[in-house]
Amino acid sequence: MGRYIARRLLLTIPVMLGASFLIFALVYALPGDPIRALGGDRPLAPAVVAQLTDEFNLNDPLWLQYVKYVGDLLQGDFGTDFRGREVLDTITQRMPVTIKLALVAIAFEIVIGIVAGVMAGIRKNGFFDNVVLVSTTLIVSIPILVLAFVAQFTLGLQLGLFPIAGVNDGWYSYLLPGLVLAAGSLAYVARLTRTSIAENMRADYVRTARAKGLPRRDVIVRHTLRNSLIPVVTFVGADIGTLMGGAIVTETVFNLPGIGRAVFDAVRAQEGAVVVGIVTLLVFVFIFFNLVVDVLYAVLDPRIRYE
Amino acid sequence: MNLSKRRTALVAGGVAAAMLLSACGGSDDNGGGGGDGAAADGGTFSVYVGEPENPLIPGNTTESEGHQVISSLWTGLIEYAADGAVEYTGVAESIESEDNTTWTVELKDGWTFHDGTPVTAQSFVDAWNYTAYSPNAQGASYFFSNILGYDDLQAPTDDEGNVTGDPAAEELSGLRVIDENTFEVELASPFAQFPVTVGYNAFWPMPEAFFEDPEGFGAMPIGNGPFQAEGEFVPGQGITVTRYEDYAGEDPAVAESVDFRVYADLNTGYNDLQAGNLDVLPDLPPDALASAQDVLGDRYLEAPSSGFTYLGYPTYDERFSDPRVRQALSMGVDRQAISDAIFAGSRTPADAYVAPVVDGYREGVCEYCELDVDAANALLDEAGFDRSQPIELWFNAGAGHDAWVQAVGNQLRENLGLDYVLRGELDFAEYLPLLDEQGVTGPFRLGWSMDYPSPQNYLEPLYSTAALPPAGSNATFYSNPEFDALIQQGNSASSNEEALDFYNQAEDILLEDMPIIPMFFDLEQAGHSENVSDVVIDVFGDIDVANVTPTS
Repeated sequence: MGRYIARRLLLTIPVMLGASFLIFALVYALPGDPIRALGGDRPLAPAVVAQLTDEFNLNDPLWLQYVKYVGDLLQGDFGTDFRGREVLDTITQRMPVTIKLALVAIAFEIVIGIVAGVMAGIRKNGFFDNVVLVSTTLIVSIPILVLAFVAQFTLGLQLGLFPIAGVNDGWYSYLLPGLVLAAGSLAYVARLTRTSIAENMRADYVRTARAKGLPRRDVIVRHTLRNSLIPVVTFVGADIGTLMGGAIVTETVFNLPGIGRAVFDAVRAQEGAVVVGIVTLLVFVFIFFNLVVDVLYAVLDPRIRYE
Repeated sequence: MNLSKRRTALVAGGVAAAMLLSACGGSDDNGGGGGDGAAADGGTFSVYVGEPENPLIPGNTTESEGHQVISSLWTGLIEYAADGAVEYTGVAESIESEDNTTWTVELKDGWTFHDGTPVTAQSFVDAWNYTAYSPNAQGASYFFSNILGYDDLQAPTDDEGNVTGDPAAEELSGLRVIDENTFEVELASPFAQFPVTVGYNAFWPMPEAFFEDPEGFGAMPIGNGPFQAEGEFVPGQGITVTRYEDYAGEDPAVAESVDFRVYADLNTGYNDLQAGNLDVLPDLPPDALASAQDVLGDRYLEAPSSGFTYLGYPTYDERFSDPRVRQALSMGVDRQAISDAIFAGSRTPADAYVAPVVDGYREGVCEYCELDVDAANALLDEAGFDRSQPIELWFNAGAGHDAWVQAVGNQLRENLGLDYVLRGELDFAEYLPLLDEQGVTGPFRLGWSMDYPSPQNYLEPLYSTAALPPAGSNATFYSNPEFDALIQQGNSASSNEEALDFYNQAEDILLEDMPIIPMFFDLEQAGHSENVSDVVIDVFGDIDVANVTPTS
């Protein structure tokens, strides 16, 4: 197992190099002159434009820009954005917000999703199963932007149950955005669990467990659920990466100063250093959680071994 | 091992559940009184700001969000009254000149920065030199281009725009410190409006601490204004400022402290205002304009702002080189109808080139800004305009211009029988360079908001030959020696009345030549909560935070 993990971690190095170059090239390929856009309706002085273009190596060819960037990166310098702010500061200030948001979302996803899925799955085609089917279909079909505004307006503004914006109320501020962010995945988790459970309920080993007189609860939790979780764990693991990078809408509507918003702003301003810094980090997060998922397989199903 | 793993998982589940429970309990406590945060200690309120684009350094701030924050932290040489008139309530005792070229600035005693150091003539001269020096890459650098020696502070560049060396000098030769409280400014050409310009943030003083650590300073600025920074500015979140007790100005801050909160989305700010979590919203979301007056009642504010929206003509394009064509298209647009339909009446149809917020505005002076379909059609025929070719209307993407530009197109089609094509696919980063290289093929959207309240600021930077790209904002490439001469005469006029007269004459030339289609003068809307009173929109469209009074 140890060797397997080490090999996987080593593999991340070429993946991250490749990913960062790809992103770098994509930002480079964006048309237009980002320095020129800094001034807005009124242009910066020509010498200032020249100075900034020079400072950010924007006149160099793509490969040279990338080599300079990676060179700085290896010395721990993430570079600065066009406004002179350290990219590393942006990351360290905004990452905790996004991590908290993702944690809350994952918690909702796991707790509500799995409980609903199990309850639907053990009584397939029963009343609760139909309730889950209809409600998850509904949730999945509503765009997250609509969901976010509706939740903010009704639960936040009209009922006053949750704060509407910002992070001033600690974890409490993350509840509503976390729920909104989790909504889509939550529905998937519920359905995945349900299908998986319903299938396994008919499996031989469950019948055996029942036949030898185990209490119903033990049959469901220790035998069925554990064996049904593999597809769910795969989904949730991959979802962590998505939640971290894809929270742009939620972060904007609920005014959370997170990483999604930072990336969005940076792409619009063609801030190569910021985009590459953050996205490369997200790639690493994604790879890391995929590794965690793979390791978890072995825990869930002892038949799976990595040698 | 398996068993222990599962126990951990169960414990984790329990923690998550407990967290959820406690959070739900919390909702009961907080549910009722949304606005308690603002009123608790009697003298605090919160203000919405968008993310400032730059570090909070006056010489590098050229947009409105950053301006809103730093204008609470600094006071310049002069201040502006609500009608834009110059008031000597700032640091300057007097700004005088005999020839409009060499200006002597006399400072008042007793002004200090928030770190206790005095505001001296050197504080201004150092700040101006720093901002003008091109290697410092300050956004407002060009404001000093009229001061003698500016060119020597610009680094030389080769043909491709690469910096090839250091500038010839580090200090503007036109700036001279006479004594602690006096300095002299020598301009490259006479400019009677100079005292009006120095209220702009590019001209604010900087303490010595700034030059030691410009980067750290941008997060925790030290000014001389009614408020001082209490902690660092946190991107995405904001900054809290507290009243500066040693403020030397005439109008110290009323509130104990102000919380500038950064929002990503105006709608969220508006919801937060209604929920009572936010006290001042200096701007309202467009789709709330129609209902905001009912929702907010007497907490709704509206004031004319300096914003000016126009469609520029590519005067270099043969199709638009005839002034008669330019007059005709302008007459074919019903501005009021567009304002009502698209902006819920929140834009004033432009009837001049100079906005109503400055002295020198003349109401209804633009003859060709009024809808006159017959005259417009007659003019187009007279000019032999080819109506079979569609007109291309250009605007930058993703900035909410689609609807009104399309409305302009529809009006041209209906009134003048012209087809139109919308060219709104370019982002600002592509759109602006295209304008600079004369690449557009039809009327293009641009906006302007003033830097200082003078009619000159609406004329010279937009239509003079000296302001041609890439150095200036004259994207229409309009050039008229007669206009330039009148501006120069206005700049060197001996009195304000005389200057206004020349600027009016210059505007008259534009009113005939029509290098642009003047579209709208903006109105600024704002709202506030019940926790504050005396909320006033100033001439720049900002909220004067020093005056805002917390009431509970």
